[in-house]
Amino acid sequence: MLNKRSAYWLILPAVLVIGIFGAIPLFISLAYSFMSANPYGGVQAPLTFGAYVQMLFDQDFDGSLIFMPDYFWIAFRSLYLALATTILSLVIGFPVAWYIVCQSPGRRKVLLTLVSLPFWINTLIRTYCWILILRDEGLANKLFGWLGFISHPLPLLYNQGSVLLGLVYTFLPFMVLPIYATLERLDPRLIEASYDLYANRYQLFRRVIWPLTKPGIAAGTVLVFAPALGSFLQPDLLGGGKQLLIGSLIEMQFTSSRNWPFGAALSMLVTFAVILSLAWQRWRTKRAAAAQAA
Amino acid sequence: MATTMQTAARRKIRPFDWRHNPGFGIFSLIVMGFLYLPLAILVIYSFNANRFVTVWTGFSLHWFSRVANNGDIRHAAWVSVLVGVLATICSTAIAIAAALGFERGGRFKGEAAANSLVMMPLVVPEIVTAITTLIFFSSIGFHYGVLNLVLAHTVFCVPFAMLPIQARLNTIGTAYEDAGRDLYGGEWRIFMRITLPLMVPGIMAGAILAFVTSLDDFLISFMVSSAGTTTLPVYVYGMMRLGVTPEVNAISTILLVISAALALVAFLISRPNEAGAAASAATPAATATT
Repeated sequence: MLNKRSAYWLILPAVLVIGIFGAIPLFISLAYSFMSANPYGGVQAPLTFGAYVQMLFDQDFDGSLIFMPDYFWIAFRSLYLALATTILSLVIGFPVAWYIVCQSPGRRKVLLTLVSLPFWINTLIRTYCWILILRDEGLANKLFGWLGFISHPLPLLYNQGSVLLGLVYTFLPFMVLPIYATLERLDPRLIEASYDLYANRYQLFRRVIWPLTKPGIAAGTVLVFAPALGSFLQPDLLGGGKQLLIGSLIEMQFTSSRNWPFGAALSMLVTFAVILSLAWQRWRTKRAAAAQAA
Repeated sequence: MATTMQTAARRKIRPFDWRHNPGFGIFSLIVMGFLYLPLAILVIYSFNANRFVTVWTGFSLHWFSRVANNGDIRHAAWVSVLVGVLATICSTAIAIAAALGFERGGRFKGEAAANSLVMMPLVVPEIVTAITTLIFFSSIGFHYGVLNLVLAHTVFCVPFAMLPIQARLNTIGTAYEDAGRDLYGGEWRIFMRITLPLMVPGIMAGAILAFVTSLDDFLISFMVSSAGTTTLPVYVYGMMRLGVTPEVNAISTILLVISAALALVAFLISRPNEAGAAASAATPAATATT
């Protein structure tokens, strides 16, 4: 065991590097979100709430504010797509996690590697694969045509469904792994006891497994929800610009629109949503722990 | 009456086994297909001789040689490798120290806060990291090309490098180090002769995963890189925006194979004893929030 002072010195470089280049930029961006854009892509001094007002209102010619819901709908669409991604990943991921837990240790290792390997493969490339499959002359349309289902290619790409598919495809492993980690710690005797007390499979799931897996589900929910909310590549490549989400909107403020304060304000909105979801996760985990202790 | 007798009889023959769940195996197989078939399709298409990607005319390595002879791609690949290697060295060095501090420092004041800070890059959405880093560099007037990228990459590589090292330290335990102390070894000597050699698999796994993370990054590089410092994923993204071409398939396959092979090597080196550790070694993010 090291003494406390050397522990401080050892973690200091990590804290400094991530503090300076990771945390401080967040605060600088918060400050940026209260400034106004200058035409050259930078910011200028007067402090305003302009960037936040811009999210909901547009300035009329006479300077009065009129309600403009465009950005609100983008934020709303991002939110519900992120939620849909989370729910779909949970519905698909839970049975897979349960299946893996039920296997022998050797097979578990193989299956876990298979589930986690996509995480290390470039998201850009994983998303691109779906363009190959879904585009008009892509594999899916070829297959449907060959089977005689369709005479004209279906517009499978560039809609909300394709974006959702891309999001679930990208973030599914994030749901399986934390659920697996909690299921693995589950005491099998509890399952056997509930069978001895005449629980059927549904009751076993609803009354024993699900409550005990809540911390893992909460962790998976945050791990899927947070990156899905700020996603850029999936809506950009699979949504084709028609399905603008908040991530693409932020990116545009730094490339084509050159409105840095608005982009900063939007990313603060995303950060705030992520902090809220983390707080929710902590609360759920604590509640689950308290319920187990009682 | 007969049916109840039958079920009763069947229950006697096969004792209850909660590990047996009919249907789950097939469902999981379909999910694995969902995860891997698209990647397989990309790899197959990349060997297609035909200019039109979806018309199969025969096996060919033509597009790979086209990619290999493309000067822009070679330059972007060089930038990616340079940034990746430098960011891996920096982040692994930082991660070794931090893992030792967290794992061997006992409980100290501010430990939880420091740990959340180090894990922060795992939970902040990439787009937020990307634009806040861009704002930061521009507000302090820091424009040094590759150095900007190396710094940005180091930040998000640290947690990926640290978690396997920390897991390794946790597995080896303190018994060997305590034995060294009983034999009057100094702290430095114990570190050099006992802890460090035992840490090597964790360090290797951490370094590989940091390199893969850096190599795979698109969004942060996209925002931070300037004209001369385009990384490979940023360049490939530009190609993708222009449409589906055999060259994109070929370069994507190369990147895919490199990432997958390196990640597999990292999993094999860290050789987790139990499946739970495998899950944590495989996805640091999963352990970060549980």
